[in-house]
Amino acid sequence: MAMIDVRGLTKRYGPATVVDDLSFTVEAGQVTGFLGPNGAGKTTTMRMIVGLAAPDRGSVTVDGRRYADFPVPLTEVGALLDAGAVHPGRTAYDHLRALAASNGLPRRRVGEVLARTGMDAVAGKRAGGFSLGMRQRLGIAATLLGDPRVLIFDEPVNGLDPEGIRWARELMRSLAAEGRAVLVSSHLMSEMAQTADRLVVVGRGRLIADTSVSELMRAAGEGSVQVRAGDPVTLALRLSTAGATVREGLESSLLVSGMTAEDIGKLAAYHGLALSELTPQRASLEDAFMALTKDSVEYQGVAA
Amino acid sequence: MSRALLAEWIKLRSLRSTWYALGCLFFVGLGITALSSNAAQQAYADAGDAWDPTAHSLTTYIVAQLIVGVLGILVVTSEFATGLIRTTLTATPRRHRVLAAKVVLAAGVAVVAGQALMFAAFLIGQPLLARQGVPNAGLGDPGVLRAVFGGGLYLALIALLSVGLGTIMRATAGALATLVGIVFLVPALAGLFPSWMRGLFDFWPTLGAAAALGTVPDPDFPHPWWNLAGLAVGVAAVLAAAFVVLRRRDV
Repeated sequence: MAMIDVRGLTKRYGPATVVDDLSFTVEAGQVTGFLGPNGAGKTTTMRMIVGLAAPDRGSVTVDGRRYADFPVPLTEVGALLDAGAVHPGRTAYDHLRALAASNGLPRRRVGEVLARTGMDAVAGKRAGGFSLGMRQRLGIAATLLGDPRVLIFDEPVNGLDPEGIRWARELMRSLAAEGRAVLVSSHLMSEMAQTADRLVVVGRGRLIADTSVSELMRAAGEGSVQVRAGDPVTLALRLSTAGATVREGLESSLLVSGMTAEDIGKLAAYHGLALSELTPQRASLEDAFMALTKDSVEYQGVAA
Repeated sequence: MSRALLAEWIKLRSLRSTWYALGCLFFVGLGITALSSNAAQQAYADAGDAWDPTAHSLTTYIVAQLIVGVLGILVVTSEFATGLIRTTLTATPRRHRVLAAKVVLAAGVAVVAGQALMFAAFLIGQPLLARQGVPNAGLGDPGVLRAVFGGGLYLALIALLSVGLGTIMRATAGALATLVGIVFLVPALAGLFPSWMRGLFDFWPTLGAAAALGTVPDPDFPHPWWNLAGLAVGVAAVLAAAFVVLRRRDV
């Protein structure tokens, strides 16, 4: 059963429709990537899930219930919406202690989540002195306080260093492996490709794709093969004749699509053409993402 | 409710600014008492028969209410300024509990600090008045205990008003400007208002509502406790509006 069920969610701010009839589900035991360019309505959707913003239409339930109806919400849902949302004058420990107290959680949970996020050394320091990465960790620690079955992270790797990004990725994988439902937003496809099982792609508040990572790759095409040959002109001619699409690549290489590497090799051998390179290119998820969302980015840069 | 209250208490006590504000309340509050007591001879000469030593030592409330107000405002607006309010309301989605906890806590702190300040101001002020050779009062004199107690109560009401303003305005600057307008500007410009509006002044802060802080009846405000009760009703109305907007608005 779906842990988060978003149905026909719509949110308007003045004349702008930020979230437009959006429906998707988040399942337990999976990391669901919530992808979209900036301004696609990801954060607004997440705010509506935890009741910070009221939808104009549609509904959202967590484990079949409205968020506001949970008597002890931190034990149901942990949400990190804004890592900056701590008072700079308060220590990490006191911040978590107050949060724990608001839900009647025992004080020892504070120590446990500080340890799990590697924050125990700075527990007594004021949050104002924290780097963005440390605030992200503190925010993640707060989501884990109530040991919830549903976790929501809005751009959790923003500001993390490579080691921190890897740590966050592994944490999310392990949270899903423990059977929890994890919803993670990002505007970076490459990040999601390594973390998510499923992808919910949005643009301008609308659902663009609700799919698995592998399906999206397939939809993006089989990809191309980079080929170098002693006589690229002849090879290109032969390949085109055989039905492949050939483009010029970097440094007189050829980018061939519509034919597998194996068939290219056979074709070259048949015509006695020597190859110096034959490299299948993985379909770039980034390209797939860009192709999906290119009509829905808010501000499009113009290539010089 | 008690969970929310404990959480708010942890939040309040874990900020240095809380303790600075309280320290400032007593330093400034008692400093003004000392200064005004030392300048009492002139005031005595001006007042004549209307001389009220109790009210004189409690006039520090005029500045103290601003510091208490800042505390009350910050209890709410510091959360909006830092974005912490989102974390708070996610942890406690029944928003009225959060505001109720803040109201109870601000009232509690302000009652304790306000009473302590008023008693300290009286107990420090009276010996200083005696040294100036002007008539002074003791806690046992008629009406004195009531006036000192009324001062603490008045400050607690101002703190609650500030919590309400902070919740409605959500920004420290706006809430503080409004508070200053209410407690300083309107009283200072009271003479400019049309007469039909002056009925409001019977329970306006610094005007009628502060009449309870004296022992000599003020001819303008002959029923000080009704006036203070009127302020309480006004503060309750502001808080009611605060509960409604906190419930309705997106954060």
